Amino acid sequence: MASSEILLEVKNLKQYFRTSRTYTVKAVDDISFNIFRGETYGLVGESGSGKSTTGRAIIRLYDPTGGSIRFRGHEIAGNLTKDEKADLRNNMQMIFQDPMSCLNARKKVIDIVGEGLDAHHAYSSKAERKEKIIRILEKVGLTEEQATRYPHQFSGGQRQRIGIARALVMQPELVIADECISALDVSIQAQVVNLMRDLQEEMGITYLFIAHDLSMVKYISDHIGVMHNGHIVESGTTEDIFSSPLHPYTQSLLSAIPEPNPEAAKYKKHVHYNAKEMGVDYTKGKLWDVSESHKLLATEEEYSKWCRKH
Amino acid sequence: MSEHVFTSVTDVDLTPEELAELKLVNESPDEFEAKDTYEVTGFWTDVFARLRKNRGAIVGFALIAIITLLAVFVPLFSSVTYKDANIDHAYLPPKVPVLEKLGILDGIDENGVDLYAEAGLPDGTYYLFGTDSMGRDMFVRLWNGTRISLLMALLAVLTDLIIGMSYGLVSGYFGGKVDFLMQRFVEVLNGIPSLVIITLFALVLKPGMISIILTLMITGWIPMSRVCRAQVLKQKEFEYVLASRVLGSSNRHIIFSEIVPNVLGQVVIMSMFSIPSAIFTESYLAFIGLGVRAPMASLGSLVSTGYKSFLAYPYLVIIPIIVLGTLMVSFNLFADGLRDAFDPTMKEM
Amino acid sequence: MAEETRERVLSIRDLDISFDTSNGTMNAIRGVRLDLYKGETIAIVGESGSGKSVTAKAIMGIMAKNQHINGGSIMYSYTDDEGRKETLDITKMSEDEVRKTICGKHIAMVFQDPMTSLNPTITIGKQIMEGMVDHYHYSKEEARKKAIELLDDVGIVDPEKRFGQYPHQLSGGMRQRVVIAIALACNPDILICDEPTTALDVTIQAKILNLIKDLQKKKDLSVIYITHDLGVVAQVADYVAVMYAGRIVEKGSVDEIYYDPRHPYTWGLLSSMPDLSTNTPRLFAIPGNPINLLNQVKGDAFAARNPYALQLDFEKQPPMFNVGGKHRVASWLCHPKAPKVEMPHSLRVKIDNMLKEVNAYGKQ
Repeated sequence: MASSEILLEVKNLKQYFRTSRTYTVKAVDDISFNIFRGETYGLVGESGSGKSTTGRAIIRLYDPTGGSIRFRGHEIAGNLTKDEKADLRNNMQMIFQDPMSCLNARKKVIDIVGEGLDAHHAYSSKAERKEKIIRILEKVGLTEEQATRYPHQFSGGQRQRIGIARALVMQPELVIADECISALDVSIQAQVVNLMRDLQEEMGITYLFIAHDLSMVKYISDHIGVMHNGHIVESGTTEDIFSSPLHPYTQSLLSAIPEPNPEAAKYKKHVHYNAKEMGVDYTKGKLWDVSESHKLLATEEEYSKWCRKH
Repeated sequence: MSEHVFTSVTDVDLTPEELAELKLVNESPDEFEAKDTYEVTGFWTDVFARLRKNRGAIVGFALIAIITLLAVFVPLFSSVTYKDANIDHAYLPPKVPVLEKLGILDGIDENGVDLYAEAGLPDGTYYLFGTDSMGRDMFVRLWNGTRISLLMALLAVLTDLIIGMSYGLVSGYFGGKVDFLMQRFVEVLNGIPSLVIITLFALVLKPGMISIILTLMITGWIPMSRVCRAQVLKQKEFEYVLASRVLGSSNRHIIFSEIVPNVLGQVVIMSMFSIPSAIFTESYLAFIGLGVRAPMASLGSLVSTGYKSFLAYPYLVIIPIIVLGTLMVSFNLFADGLRDAFDPTMKEM
Repeated sequence: MAEETRERVLSIRDLDISFDTSNGTMNAIRGVRLDLYKGETIAIVGESGSGKSVTAKAIMGIMAKNQHINGGSIMYSYTDDEGRKETLDITKMSEDEVRKTICGKHIAMVFQDPMTSLNPTITIGKQIMEGMVDHYHYSKEEARKKAIELLDDVGIVDPEKRFGQYPHQLSGGMRQRVVIAIALACNPDILICDEPTTALDVTIQAKILNLIKDLQKKKDLSVIYITHDLGVVAQVADYVAVMYAGRIVEKGSVDEIYYDPRHPYTWGLLSSMPDLSTNTPRLFAIPGNPINLLNQVKGDAFAARNPYALQLDFEKQPPMFNVGGKHRVASWLCHPKAPKVEMPHSLRVKIDNMLKEVNAYGKQ
């Protein structure tokens, strides 16, 4: 599965938004991470942490304020030529959050899924277009007969499958899944996560999986980055994050996952974290290598404190 | 506790057939696949079903259809035209076959004088809506005037759809500086009263259809462009537009294939609502003397000339007002029904 | 047992609700029976479209225009101002009556999205006072004092300052606290929480759940949770009702449902819940999609998605089987003559692990 080849390298990425003459929102402030080919990188954080902005900056829905994004060895953070842009759209795709609004209600499934093919003229005949679409629909568990229906004739889970098919018909190397399961029922979430894993094995896709729900991220991710206030405060393998979390924010996130065992839930303690109260200033910290894979954002003082405790 | 016992059972007597059915359908539950039972009717089927159920919309539509048919065919097949005057036949009251036998609309005034006979008309001559001061057949004049009102309606829809919609689409979709400039322009334009514009046109071009049409084209689309812009701003935030951008579609594709189909329903409804106001605008311009020029007649000019002799010849005013009112109410009813048919969310769960 | 002495505040009997839609009649609630006792927390669990929210809204007397109550009753018992016991049937009252006599004063509701359930143009203090002034005719001073007390109760720091602020000046978690304060302003007996934490971040979710729990103890509230998240249920509920397609398919105490589930749908829900203690490579997923209630339901609505369906499930609607304790299951699998079916192996392992964990805690 995951190889040692770096597919996406994000370095010191900054994404600021000027909301008024005097005020700038630093949605993403100096983050760096690597995604290896064939793996799933989970980006976790609460709302407003900048995780979705990161995804959108990488796929260039925004123009990054600073830093570099290298995708397949090419720099994509700066201005892109038309060809470079088309190339990026071919190889990087996105799955969206809301199964209701992410599909155009006035278009048939076959045209929704075929949109990418149309935009890039990626077929030589109508028959080839249809065949490509049907093949991908079958892969995500829909039938040929369903291709001529409209989105509202499907349930939430099925609509999310259509969204996945739309992204995968381009055969992208990297798929950014932006909270793609959080709007679904729990039982359907499992269906979609399983489907995404199957497709990854079959087609060798790399995922950037953005979510606020750590428990699902655990199932699908190889590496995890924990984001808070525009910074990645801790990153590492899934094992690193779940069995030896060092940053107090990661610890508080882990402790907040609802305990599904009602009797054990009575004993569960919740870790409180508030950066301001604890005097943690992310901009002052630097990245420490705790182990080869495990990274932590902290000042020297914090680093010794948090690591000693462990 | 007792409540639960009361509502539940530990055993149920079943018939032998039913007992036989107490067996698993799937031999190996691990390899089970569920059949899909999710099916709903199509969007347009829904829209038409809801529209059919709305009595007001049906009545409105039927009335519009009848009035349109009359306006198109009556002047076509009538032996006289709207401008054929016959001074001998001036001010004849309405006379309708069948109804005349009931003693109403029989062409006889309150003093018992048969005005038709007095004018020297043979039996069997009927002016259904009477005649005006110059003896022109009101029936033909009225439907001819209705044509102008309907033309106004068509024009209003076209200006709305062509100018208003594109203006709103461009302004809303591109946003930023483009939007800022376009909106300021609209505000300036909107600040000039349309009465001033029409007066200016009337001065330059002389009063008549041309100046009314130009006025309508200059100011009529402004509300529509605002509605359309708001709709686009809303749609633009939906993820399907983002998805389209991510897939590398062009702006043209996103505007016309993605956004337009989603705003069209709203836009069409809105333009239906602008029809009555366009008809009314024409009528009141005609009424104040800035409208079509005699011998041409519009519903407004008919009312305007008729009201001067309202007490003596009330039918000259009442009939055009009824047609005008019916037309406007019908368009409103129909537009209302369309809106409910397109957007049932307010009425259903 | 303690049940006999407990005071029942709400009892829903055979509730049947349908909606007229342009596509036909949708039978959203098909015979729901449920009891709520004083101080107890009950959780209604189900997927979207299972009818859990419709049930909650019916208790509040909130009806859509095209909604019909075809049968059943919702009996609400309370002690009135003079100390007399009163019982009302909410289904027989008009919406206005319910709003005047019951909403807020006796039953209050917390909605999913704190942003849309607060009025953005009125200060939060005024919004809290509104109900008190309406229902209890408090003077402005009294109401203000009580509102500040309430803000303090729901854990808002510096309540005097917050009192005069507008909703947009608060964070999402704070807003939900304000919503809870508004709900509690008129001393209700029953608090209905409709997905109270779905729109919030996990870290805030835990705090809000704890807050509701504390308030419940303090004010002796009965709480109804409406949620699709079994993780949340495990934190808060005493009693669980699992709904599917407008019916309760399994109900029982939280321990009975989590450690001894009997209905295949509950098996599916529990299996598909991710948990952090085990390392299974694949999540279990309930196959298929929720059914469409516009179609007539024959037999057990879950049968088409049920790997363990019996032939009879497609023919005849199962009754509520009493399987001991407070545990009730609507599945033919619980018929004494039905074949014995074990829950999926992976779920068995999961439950065994949970029980082990509980034992470990017990020994501490």
